Amino acid sequence: MSNLEVLASAPILVVQLVVNGILVGAIFALVAYGMALVWGVMNIINVAQGELVMVGGYAVFYLDRAGVHPWLGIPIAAVAMYVFGLLLYRGVIRRLVDRDMFVSILATFGISILLQQLANQLFGADIRTLSTNLPSLSFAEGHVSIASIRIVAFAAAVLVGVALVVFLHRSRMGRAIRATAQNARAARVLGIDTDSVYATTFALNCAICGAAGGIVAMTWFVQPYLGLTYTLRSFMIVIAAGLGNLPGVIVAGSGLGVLEEFAGFVLGAEYQTAFIFIVLVALLVGRNLVLARQRKYLA
Amino acid sequence: MLLIAIALLGIAAPFVLPTVVTQLAFLWLMILFAVTWDVNGGQMGYNSFGNVLFFGIGVYACALVQRDSGLGYYAALFVGTGAGALCAAIAALVLGPPLLGIRGHYFAIATLGLSIAAADIASAWEYIGAASGIAMPVYPGAIGGRARFFYFLLFALAAVTWLAARALYRTRLGLAMNAIRDNEDKAEAMGVHTTRSKVFAWTVAAFFLGAAGGPVGNLVGFVDPRDLAFAGATFGVWMVLMAVLGGRGTLWGPVIGAVIFHVTQELFWTYLLGWQRVAMGLLIVVIVVFFPSGILGWASRLRRHGDAASATSA
Repeated sequence: MSNLEVLASAPILVVQLVVNGILVGAIFALVAYGMALVWGVMNIINVAQGELVMVGGYAVFYLDRAGVHPWLGIPIAAVAMYVFGLLLYRGVIRRLVDRDMFVSILATFGISILLQQLANQLFGADIRTLSTNLPSLSFAEGHVSIASIRIVAFAAAVLVGVALVVFLHRSRMGRAIRATAQNARAARVLGIDTDSVYATTFALNCAICGAAGGIVAMTWFVQPYLGLTYTLRSFMIVIAAGLGNLPGVIVAGSGLGVLEEFAGFVLGAEYQTAFIFIVLVALLVGRNLVLARQRKYLA
Repeated sequence: MLLIAIALLGIAAPFVLPTVVTQLAFLWLMILFAVTWDVNGGQMGYNSFGNVLFFGIGVYACALVQRDSGLGYYAALFVGTGAGALCAAIAALVLGPPLLGIRGHYFAIATLGLSIAAADIASAWEYIGAASGIAMPVYPGAIGGRARFFYFLLFALAAVTWLAARALYRTRLGLAMNAIRDNEDKAEAMGVHTTRSKVFAWTVAAFFLGAAGGPVGNLVGFVDPRDLAFAGATFGVWMVLMAVLGGRGTLWGPVIGAVIFHVTQELFWTYLLGWQRVAMGLLIVVIVVFFPSGILGWASRLRRHGDAASATSA
């Protein structure tokens, strides 16, 4: 626990950890919002969420290698992932709507293993990074340093989030999506083609993950096995915030980001992932205790 | 009759097929995995993605006893296997009350998180070898005898597990478990001690999973935290998949599912060099999407269909 003493003796480090955590949390919040969208509209928990992020990251990485700058690469990856999402919907996801939640979890788990192993086979297990050559910014006489790429990533995540909200509230399809989330049967009765709503929702989620993946590749790295941590982070954020609650998702995302920064600093990087999962279990158990006290079981 | 035939087959198999004894031993392990998963997954409706946790605890408990106890090989092995079973059962007893209160998909994801956290902790903890794992002691018997010895050990364990599961399902507790699966709130209102039943069933599953850990660690000869003990992406998912493939909530379904799955998987490993895990992912999707009620569910539907057809024609 020597790192704890370091933290106590240099309170300015706390500022750095908090700021970094909030910047990182925006990316988590973005991926989580995509999960909440699919969960709320289609009643499917997409366990392959993190793998979609990973695929997006590889897309931007290889586009960069082919000479496409990441600023152009991220939109291209998002569009490509949109198409990929449509295909995935037609092939598999369509058969999971209206099925037992267990079936959809297991099936998307299968997709996640498939994508992860495919990436491992095609791209290799090496860690890939996109070097952006952006400088690190220093504040408070050099005590606090924040990579400017994280600020850029934060801005990009916010931009995608805002675009999504505008789409959901202003466009015809966005309204159809929200109507289906409220009551799919009633939406069908009123002439909404729910099948195409589902297809768009899932493809949109894939596009969000693709963009997030590009941002992740710029901020950290991509690697075939990074998916599951993003899936579980998103899951945590969604259950902490609730479905269809964007401000909640942002707060929960930043909170998780800050918590992780502190855990990584105090416990060491090798226990950071384990810490996330323990928080997940603690969150679920705690949520359950609250529900049990109110006798409000969620079957 | 059927049981005697299977027992004879199990005893004869390593002598008839001496080249694949290790794979056959893993077949019994897979059957054990599927049967123990089905105790809470199929019969009780608590779909755990983290049962591999108990297996990993068993592997490590046995490995540590063998490494540190200073007993002779066989003594350490049997004490270690017992310790593995006990530690796993205790883990289930401790984790059960808080976790088994969580319902449905929340339970599934919580257990998934738990097993992955265990893998991460095991690969960072120096005392248990961290990421480099633990090398198991060398088997003292004849060179070819090792695989056969552990084959019979796993065969016996799988058989006992299946018989125990069958005995469990015939008791009142078995009925209580099914009631919990069908409607937990109603079961509780009818006076079933739901928490007690759930924790007990999970502990039984954990006990046998923990017992299997020691022999498997010794059979492989090396304990790796991510690839053997807490292998969530392989063993952890396979348990679920085998039970689903055969038919959840039946006595024979998990066994049939495990056999079919294991043979397919071995074929993948032999013929799809490098791509076997990709094929595995694809197989999972196909099984779950197209055969969600499993082989036994499909068979019983066929039979019902046949009955209905003959009834209308008569």
